[in-house]
Amino acid sequence: MSAASEQIDARISEGRAPAIHPAWVRVTHWINALAMIVMIGSGWQIYNASPLFNFAFPGAITIGGWLAGALLWHFAAMWVLAVNGLVYLVLGLATGRFSRKLLPITPGAVVSDTKAALTGHLSHKDLSVYNAVQKLLYLGVIITAIVIILSGLSIWKPVQFQAFTAVFGGYETARYVHFFAMATIVAFLVIHVVMALLVPRSLRAMVTGR
Amino acid sequence: MARFRKPIPGVDAKHLIREAGLLLPDPSRRLFLRGAASLGALTLLTGCELTDSDSAEHLLRYVSRFNDRVQALLFSRTTLAPTYTEADITKPFPFNGYYSEDEAPDVDGDDWKLEIGGMVENKKPWTLAELNALPQEKQITRHVCVEGWSAIGSWTGVRLSEFLKRIGADTRAKYVWFQCAEGYSNTIDMPTALHPQTQLSLQFADKVLPRSYGFPMKCRIPTKLGFKNPKYITALYVQNNDAGGYWENQGYNWFSGL
Repeated sequence: MSAASEQIDARISEGRAPAIHPAWVRVTHWINALAMIVMIGSGWQIYNASPLFNFAFPGAITIGGWLAGALLWHFAAMWVLAVNGLVYLVLGLATGRFSRKLLPITPGAVVSDTKAALTGHLSHKDLSVYNAVQKLLYLGVIITAIVIILSGLSIWKPVQFQAFTAVFGGYETARYVHFFAMATIVAFLVIHVVMALLVPRSLRAMVTGR
Repeated sequence: MARFRKPIPGVDAKHLIREAGLLLPDPSRRLFLRGAASLGALTLLTGCELTDSDSAEHLLRYVSRFNDRVQALLFSRTTLAPTYTEADITKPFPFNGYYSEDEAPDVDGDDWKLEIGGMVENKKPWTLAELNALPQEKQITRHVCVEGWSAIGSWTGVRLSEFLKRIGADTRAKYVWFQCAEGYSNTIDMPTALHPQTQLSLQFADKVLPRSYGFPMKCRIPTKLGFKNPKYITALYVQNNDAGGYWENQGYNWFSGL
């Protein structure tokens, strides 16, 4: 055993090994999780007031009780989501974590890692390194979160932010963009939670850092 | 509040009493948050007892007032709501209210007078003919409902800022308050009242404003959500106290700017 690895082993046993997720990632992750759940649950109640499609969300899984309550939750949680998201983006870019962890993503690696994942051969031994599927999903959900915030702003303020609204194809189209961004995030959330339950060490890492 | 008890010109008293019954808030809506179901997934996930909702409601009201201030800052007197062409008008333009169309106020335009009050020099009531004689402007703008849907309509009427000038309103006052025939009311901020597209509308689609859209007069505010656009207006007051409004008092955001 080399001196370096002995040193790392020693640091791990003393609990000083470099964390898989630094504290700022863990804190912003859980704040975001809570804000997202409130935004989605209240958003479903708001959707029910004037559905875009021929279905409504069951009341039991919505937040707010009725339209006014849901709007109050939605426009309160938006501040938590936006401020926390901004902190996360700035730190992710400034510390180099995004480029280190999420890039590069090559189509070849995505295809081979997807095949490996579907046949149960994808390793999660080293949680500090993301495979290509993870990179794609994490980067994808960050971009979707930016789209959902901007489309949300363009629905909330179609006069004051009318330039944004125009980018999303006008008020009515922006509602659909906002809806499908939500659907994308919910789909991510399902996969994300299932994976965390399949690899419980990853859940522990997001709580304790290791 | 004596002004609530004054007979409103042009309004059938019996009809008004029947309407008043409809105005009593649904008891289940008195709190914004209704019991355990209101927090649904959040409660399940966190196990937190947020459903004892006094503190949650207090916090949400506080944030809503903060959002009022943010929206007042975002509001620009010179930013105009986008306008559209005749071809874009939604047909049929939807009727919308907390009552059905046949229960909408049926105001007699010949008897009707717009009551004026508060911080104005001239409190003389205005007849429909006098309002129609003022300079008229037309706008084709998008009505955005708090529920999410929207519809494009065409309204013609008197610019509110022009009307306020004619009645000698003190525009340093904070609010303009509207009372409506069915008991509905609204308070709007003075900057919005003075916005060039805020209009006392007397026509829809180039015809006398029909009963379903607010005859004899609606206040069209394309920079605010639909419920902040009062219909069947009977009184207009310029004042410094926020008298709230029908939906605002039940939890909809007060400013509700677009």
